[in-house]
Amino acid sequence: MHESISKSEDGKLYSSVNSELDADGPIIEEYLFSESLPQSYGKLHLRDLIDISPFLTEAAGAIVDDSFTRCFKSNPPEPWNWNIYLFPLWCCGVVVRYCILFPIRVLTLTIGWIIFLSLYMPVHFLLKGHEKLRKKLERSLVELICSFFVASWTGVINYHGPRPSMRTKQVFVANHTSMIDFIILEQMTAFAVIMQKHPGWVGLSMRGLRHSRPNLNGELALKEQVLLGLLQSTILESVGCIWFNRSEEKDRAIVTKKLREHVHGSDNNPLLIFPEGTCVNNEYTVMFKKGAFELDCPVCPVAIKYNKIFVDAFWNSRKQSFTTHLLQLMTSWAVVCDVWFLEPQTLRPGETPIAFAERVRKMISDRAGLKMVPWDGFLKYSRPKPRLTESKYVFFKII
Amino acid sequence: MGNSSSVLTQYDIEEVQEHCNRLFNQQEIVSLYQRYCQLDRSGKGFISADEFMCVPEFAMNPLAQRLLKMVDGLNFKDFVAFLSAFSARASMEQKAGLIFKVYDSDGNGKVTFNDILEVLGDMTGSFMSNEQKEMILTQLLEEAGYSKESYLFLDDFVKIFAKSDMKMEVEIPVD
Repeated sequence: MHESISKSEDGKLYSSVNSELDADGPIIEEYLFSESLPQSYGKLHLRDLIDISPFLTEAAGAIVDDSFTRCFKSNPPEPWNWNIYLFPLWCCGVVVRYCILFPIRVLTLTIGWIIFLSLYMPVHFLLKGHEKLRKKLERSLVELICSFFVASWTGVINYHGPRPSMRTKQVFVANHTSMIDFIILEQMTAFAVIMQKHPGWVGLSMRGLRHSRPNLNGELALKEQVLLGLLQSTILESVGCIWFNRSEEKDRAIVTKKLREHVHGSDNNPLLIFPEGTCVNNEYTVMFKKGAFELDCPVCPVAIKYNKIFVDAFWNSRKQSFTTHLLQLMTSWAVVCDVWFLEPQTLRPGETPIAFAERVRKMISDRAGLKMVPWDGFLKYSRPKPRLTESKYVFFKII
Repeated sequence: MGNSSSVLTQYDIEEVQEHCNRLFNQQEIVSLYQRYCQLDRSGKGFISADEFMCVPEFAMNPLAQRLLKMVDGLNFKDFVAFLSAFSARASMEQKAGLIFKVYDSDGNGKVTFNDILEVLGDMTGSFMSNEQKEMILTQLLEEAGYSKESYLFLDDFVKIFAKSDMKMEVEIPVD
């Protein structure tokens, strides 16, 4: 039996196949063994067989620089104060920011909370019989407290495009930089959100209470935590919040069902989803989870771009707790940000939810001037599955 | 993180440059240092295997496990020395030397039939059976004037790659 070994078209034996990250992407095995394979070109030498340089180059390239890490890198504003003339000015700024602005902001926020709570509690508990009125009032109150939050960082927010309507059967998707995205959008319209269960006070949900995990800050006493957690869950419940847990696989099916019910139910607040599933530094967009795009309803893209002139709004949850992040925002001059409400999109005939998600991601990225990278943001929490490595395997055809 | 480069003095940079045979210029070394600090998330002075695997583009490489053994726990000087084979200024011998090291996993200075077979296995996964791999390798070794039993030394690798137009270069991003 005579056998000869062939090289692929470009003369290189090894060429890595670009991986398709999504589970619903083309099955790589089919792709590899399809009939359209390049036929034998030239003769294979030992050199070609042991030449692993393309893989080594790729690995070294990833060690030196990779697009994934760049998505989650904080990019602090350029220091401008290292100059004998500017330094005293900067010092004055620090004094003003920490000694004048910060206390005023804390006061504003406190007043905000007092007003909010003193109105929310009666509304929530006394208006039991009047569901419609209660919902409407609670909605405006949540919008109110969010406005106080925005005021507490002197948020200068430019909204572009038509304001979101309260219609049902639509879902809003936005790029995600920090928890403050939610507050900024919530100030406009009381959206219902889907949230990860954050440890600590940010999103201490009912479940979090039961487990009472030690919180990130460590300083907040458990009692306060429980109180805050209760506040959070009652308030967010009133706008209609869906919780999920990243690590639990079976949660996914339940959440999908809840999402569907929410969107198709009547008199629900419009649903807001951050399909990236993680905070990105507002210079890149990572892959969108397809969940939001298979709800059989129009998707309204929202693009959010922060101006880094005063503060970097990226919440690097690995480096700082949400409390520190908020303090950082409250001691800066201002949070400047643009929000674009883009034209609603629907699934085109023959389009897969993934292609749809990518199309919407492109719209958002183009509008906000973000770069798209082909990574799943959840890789932050887990290592790539072996299946992905497999897609990088090479093979040779023997004739 | 922003001013971590200031830790590196001119003197340090020159020392690192000597260590990697001047295959990188000073700016490149400064950028490599920033990257090194970035990868060393826990700030312990070296990059652990797990921290390398945090880079998905690296973790997905079929040779990742093999390379990990080479790069795990390197200090900055050795990290740069490892990468220097990927410099555009590195000679073909240096590149062949690195490839040789990847094959020579036990570090005894010679590559056997089985060593090559293992690497081949890493790269082809389940797409090829053992028999197929053995057959191809035996055939090609014989064509190149070796046999199944012969050892390949560094010189052999250098010879094999001498005429190749292999381009094993990585550009260091300098900002």
